[in-house]
Amino acid sequence: MTASVDVKKEGGFLAGLIKSGAHQKLLAFASLIMLLIGFSLGSPNFMQMSNMIAILQATSVIGVLAIGVTLIIITGGIDLSIGTMMTFCAVISGVFLTYWGLPLPIGVLAGIGAGAFCGFCSGTFVAKMKIPPFIATLGMMLILKGLSLVISGTRPIYFNDTPGFSEISRGSLIENIIPGLPIPNGVLILFLVAIGTAYVLSKTVLGRYTYALGSNEEAVRLSGVNADRWKIAIYTFAGSICGVAGVLIASRLNSAQPALGLGYELEAIAAVVIGGTSLAGGRGTILGTLIGALIMSVLTNGLRVMSVAQEWQTVATGAIIILAVYADMSRKK
Amino acid sequence: MDKIVEMIGIDKGFPGVQALKDAQLELRKGEVHALMGENGAGKSTLMKVLSGIYKKDAGEILIRGKSEEPVGPREAQALGIGIIHQELSLMNDLSAAQNIFIGREPRRSLGRIDDAAMNRQAAELFAAMHLDLDPAVLVGDLTIAKQQMIEIAKALSFDSEILVMDEPTAALNDAEIADLFVIINELKAKGHGIIYISHKMDELKRIADRVTIMRDGQYVGTVEAKETPVAKIIAMMVGREVNHEPLVVPDLSEFPVALEVRGLTRGKEIRDVSFDLRKGEVLGFAGLMGAGRTEVARAIFGADPLEAGEILVAGETTRITSPYDAVKAGIGYLSEDRKRYGLAVTMDVAANTVMPNLERFTSSTGVLNEPAIDVATSDMVDKLKIRTPSIHQEVRLLSGGNQQKIVVGKWLLRDCDIFIFDEPTRGIDVGAKAEIYKLIEDLTARGKAVIMISSELPEVMRLSHRILVMCEGRVTGILPGGEETSQEDIMTLATQRETTQQNAGNMQ
Repeated sequence: MTASVDVKKEGGFLAGLIKSGAHQKLLAFASLIMLLIGFSLGSPNFMQMSNMIAILQATSVIGVLAIGVTLIIITGGIDLSIGTMMTFCAVISGVFLTYWGLPLPIGVLAGIGAGAFCGFCSGTFVAKMKIPPFIATLGMMLILKGLSLVISGTRPIYFNDTPGFSEISRGSLIENIIPGLPIPNGVLILFLVAIGTAYVLSKTVLGRYTYALGSNEEAVRLSGVNADRWKIAIYTFAGSICGVAGVLIASRLNSAQPALGLGYELEAIAAVVIGGTSLAGGRGTILGTLIGALIMSVLTNGLRVMSVAQEWQTVATGAIIILAVYADMSRKK
Repeated sequence: MDKIVEMIGIDKGFPGVQALKDAQLELRKGEVHALMGENGAGKSTLMKVLSGIYKKDAGEILIRGKSEEPVGPREAQALGIGIIHQELSLMNDLSAAQNIFIGREPRRSLGRIDDAAMNRQAAELFAAMHLDLDPAVLVGDLTIAKQQMIEIAKALSFDSEILVMDEPTAALNDAEIADLFVIINELKAKGHGIIYISHKMDELKRIADRVTIMRDGQYVGTVEAKETPVAKIIAMMVGREVNHEPLVVPDLSEFPVALEVRGLTRGKEIRDVSFDLRKGEVLGFAGLMGAGRTEVARAIFGADPLEAGEILVAGETTRITSPYDAVKAGIGYLSEDRKRYGLAVTMDVAANTVMPNLERFTSSTGVLNEPAIDVATSDMVDKLKIRTPSIHQEVRLLSGGNQQKIVVGKWLLRDCDIFIFDEPTRGIDVGAKAEIYKLIEDLTARGKAVIMISSELPEVMRLSHRILVMCEGRVTGILPGGEETSQEDIMTLATQRETTQQNAGNMQ
């Protein structure tokens, strides 16, 4: 019996991304389109350029956070600390820029580096000390919340002395190139982070081990791979993405708000789950997460445009999470 | 004769694989009907269709002459179909009795579970099976052999008229197999029909009445078990003749020692184990279940800790505290439980094949060289004759034998110097077995050193240049390979217990 093998020469990286994504995420994508159509029929204000940009802008922070936590969830873990970690990173940027008056790039790097360090800590707790991710990151969540308040003295840190900081999120490089298309930089950064992370996930060793650890950690270990070291690397990478989110939100608010952050983690995890990533690990895509995050902000925005009460918006968001996951489950049967 | 099951013209396809094509099977009352075929022939799939786990694409299932289509295991149970799966489906943190009566626990007033009654009923089941087992023991604390017995007890507790056993003896020792056959014969006498999937030819002769043979998802034929020569059945299975030459033990005294192990010790599991292994040698590890063979292998590989002992690789003392160290030292380990320890089943063939080897396929920036991975995987798929529609097929969709070959391929690609094969042919058919044997012979011909752990004595004797026998964590002897050693010699050493009145060390 001869083996039949075909080595598929796939197109470029983007083609591969779209192909695998389109295959797996058709359902989430269809729901997004349906929501868009539904809301445009419901309100003429919805499909305005300004509103679309508002939706994208609202997605940027949660989207970046969700991309980071997607990595952790694919390894079969969870990260509850990303909300307060984001705030912690914002505060660190604030310390560097406002308290110490250091140049802008250093402040930004400090924020991202703080995230990487936090991720490194979580990863060490999980991989070396064998603390379950839920507990380890629950601890980190409280530690970082506390530290943010301590460092900032419970007061917001404003970036008024750092010209250009708010441009990171609110400025628009795209409008400079294509006048009339005022897509904010925050959105641009979201898509850059998404493309970068999708590349890492599908094309690098780090990504390969991310899926492998979620699929069968013991098999990875018994393959002679230093599984602990890679797990820490994945948490560190995810933490640095969280740091990007921290810089983004600080830039958008032009301040680091130490009390903010709690609750963001659940919204981000919801986006990941809506995007079809399995909480059991081993499966998931960045494109899915991106669509999941967009579904959440389209929903919030659409309901607001249609003047649905805030309370009911929350109810609808919860319902859509359950519905999305249910649809995903029944599709897999 | 009463036909209790008839399956006619069954088709079942999965993405990329046509698993069943016009398959058929007929089971009579009071019959043990063996279902045979190579891995991937569709035996397990056919049984999953019968038990309602898979929905057939076409064909008809008649149960006691009535057309039925069970959807889900519960409905199949109601139809009197009990299935004992190849992969055990027990909950490790529940007790034996809790596992058996899950979903139908005996109740007392107010819905409280009647544990006493449940344990009593389980004890009765065990007694009927001549099984010495405490119903309250946690399943996770038992060996695979005992767990298998619990699965059987569970199926029996449903009073299923139709019983499907998918390789029930794969993890059992001879005594346990004899016990199982007593039970099967009793069931037969009571009029149960049993579909029996196994790769072991001797069992077939001992227990089966008729044999249905499948190949590539298709029905090949049904023959009488006793009258049909084994060679004919094998020929029907593989569609060609399989023969093997007698083992020639080469003189290896001139060859350098690849691995030397001195005084390995850990508690009661590993007690002062020492041996050496030369390049080009196959050292067989024989022994009963729980003799400590796997424990020794895992300890050498750094997967489990050691209390004392020294490991020398190519003459040099080597500190091995993790599989990472072991692989760096050139040792590869093929675990006995490939699903749990060997493969990432939701990933594709290529990802699994290069897993121990990724740095070889990675640029300095950490980017994977996918064309190289694909080429290496394709080569391995060709070399090992792995049957897969594509190297990007998810491993879980392949048959057991093909999965095992991927595990072998992982380590071949890594090009280790020392290979430890732990039950390399468990759940693998005759054809694939011969291929794995050939592979081991090729490895040693190329100067690789091989440790082969196997519970099947004929397999140990067919391949080993020397045979190390273990009992209760100790090495009880190292025998020469070839014709001078008989099965009895090995069994004598394998049962050389320190304390004779003590029960077999099956429980850990």
